[in-house]
Amino acid sequence: MRLAVIIAAVVALAAFPKLATPYYVTLLLPALAYAIALLGFNLLFGYTGLLSFGHALFVAIGAYGAAVMSSKLGVKSFELILLASGAAAVVAAVPVALLSVRYVRIFFGILTLAFGMLFHSFLFKFYDITGGDTGIRVLRPSLIGMDFKELDKTSFLVGPFYYYCLVLLVLAGLLMWRLVHSPFGLQLQAIRENPRKAEYLGVRVRLLRFIAFLISALYCALGGVILAINTGQSDPELAYWTHSGELVFMTVLGGFASFFGPVVGAFTFVLLKAELMGLTQYWRFVLGVILVLIVVLFPRGLAGLGQAAWHKLRGARP
Amino acid sequence: MTAFVDILFGGVFHAAVLFLVAAGLQLVFGVQKIVNLACGSFYALGAYFGISAVNWALKLGLPPQLFLGVLLLAGLVLGLIGPVIEALLRTVYHRDEAFQLLLTFALVLMFQDVLRFFWGANPQQLGDLVMSYGKLSAGGVIVPTYNMLVILASIVIAAGIGTFLQRTRFGRILRATAENREMSQGLGVNVRWMYASVFTLGTVLGTVGGALVVPTAAASLDMPVELVVEAFAVVVIGGLGSMRGALAGALIVGIMRALAIRYYAELEMLAIYLVVIAVLIARPVGLFGKPVE
Repeated sequence: MRLAVIIAAVVALAAFPKLATPYYVTLLLPALAYAIALLGFNLLFGYTGLLSFGHALFVAIGAYGAAVMSSKLGVKSFELILLASGAAAVVAAVPVALLSVRYVRIFFGILTLAFGMLFHSFLFKFYDITGGDTGIRVLRPSLIGMDFKELDKTSFLVGPFYYYCLVLLVLAGLLMWRLVHSPFGLQLQAIRENPRKAEYLGVRVRLLRFIAFLISALYCALGGVILAINTGQSDPELAYWTHSGELVFMTVLGGFASFFGPVVGAFTFVLLKAELMGLTQYWRFVLGVILVLIVVLFPRGLAGLGQAAWHKLRGARP
Repeated sequence: MTAFVDILFGGVFHAAVLFLVAAGLQLVFGVQKIVNLACGSFYALGAYFGISAVNWALKLGLPPQLFLGVLLLAGLVLGLIGPVIEALLRTVYHRDEAFQLLLTFALVLMFQDVLRFFWGANPQQLGDLVMSYGKLSAGGVIVPTYNMLVILASIVIAAGIGTFLQRTRFGRILRATAENREMSQGLGVNVRWMYASVFTLGTVLGTVGGALVVPTAAASLDMPVELVVEAFAVVVIGGLGSMRGALAGALIVGIMRALAIRYYAELEMLAIYLVVIAVLIARPVGLFGKPVE
């Protein structure tokens, strides 16, 4: 049943550019990007139980990776950009993770926040290297060696690039699904439930937290690359702590207790934010109210609501 | 010498204001175990409301020399929002920290638009009212008397909180509740009322801090989110939940910022985050914090 829903969702996403105006398709690109990033983020948050308030750091590394590769080094290949930015994020995550995973709960959150802000002030202040508050331009990449010169920017984004990212999301999702259902994933969940007990059972708590952190950083960087190519610019706001807050917001909105929750959250958040911004200049207030409602009344998020509704439906028709 | 005194004054002034906000953060964390991301929003609210209050007062014909009092009053009046927000936070006291943090993040988002709604997107300023108290010269440096008054006010408030926590009956009950909530509830402490009053006190410290700073700096919509990270730095350096830590942390952050601004502006916030990370690595509970778990 679940498989049917997922296949239907992927088919719907694949058919979307044929049915909707380019405006809505360009909206879905950041949603795809955040969906990939959050799949990784939730490995750390939902599965391992570590709440980071600084993962925008890795999204920004992905975005600046794309910017430096395309504008400064002249690398056009999207595959190479993904590889290099992902590798950069993992390398940057090693010291951050080594230091952060020694702590849990609020200390972990504050330490990651501090690292994120450290990178933000580096991006913001070192104008010569990073372009300061305007950031660096991101040029259009080539996909599998094809540069699609005949297409203008929008039709490139809503055409080949969109499908490429959709495939990436499916692959990233499949890989994450394998990961969380492997012994590795089960050990992470054991750590979340009771770290001490897990340790007695022979689970190497810190090592596994460390690995989960690196994987989450990699996913966030891949999302960041897509985000940056979509907007054509990487700026320091990407690393700001409120952006990290948005990542947590999306995850909880969708439901961190479920595998697909973060994906649902990413799509809902991006579309909702765009709609609200069109309706009122006070969209932050409405988002805040929604977040309050989710936190207070529906802590399991939209995925939790969906599951509850499904069980009710099944219960009504035995 | 001049440079030294200049940095000292600038740093201590900044520290005085930071201390107020951080003290509010510490108080709420100490008792309710909630890290309040919205403390910066209270600060910004105090700043904006302070401007409006002073402008009203001037229109009513109050002499400009009284504006310090008006600002303090404005900060105190804003304490009224404390119990309302505490009632909202009450729903997540027994929940995971992630939810508590997110709820205060929701408050940040909402306050951002509340400020925009009432005061607009452009930064607001109080003009040159600071100078109505004249200037002081010390060690070859000229500083506005107002800045000295703010430092003084902050010292008085710090001493007041210290006495209140250590010497009064309410302070003792408060510390006991922070130590062990169930036990003090069992001994008949009205924890619900205690939480509401602690949160209100924390709010007032933030709003007063914002109101006091506004004659020297513009109030802008970036204020809340920028201040939070500084206040965080202060409490992490000092140790979560410790008042002495807030004082030490505020002085360190304030003076380091003044130093960085003077000698190497690129390092302004970078230096502070580096100190935060260094402290968290070397002594995760902070300079004055108590070990957890």
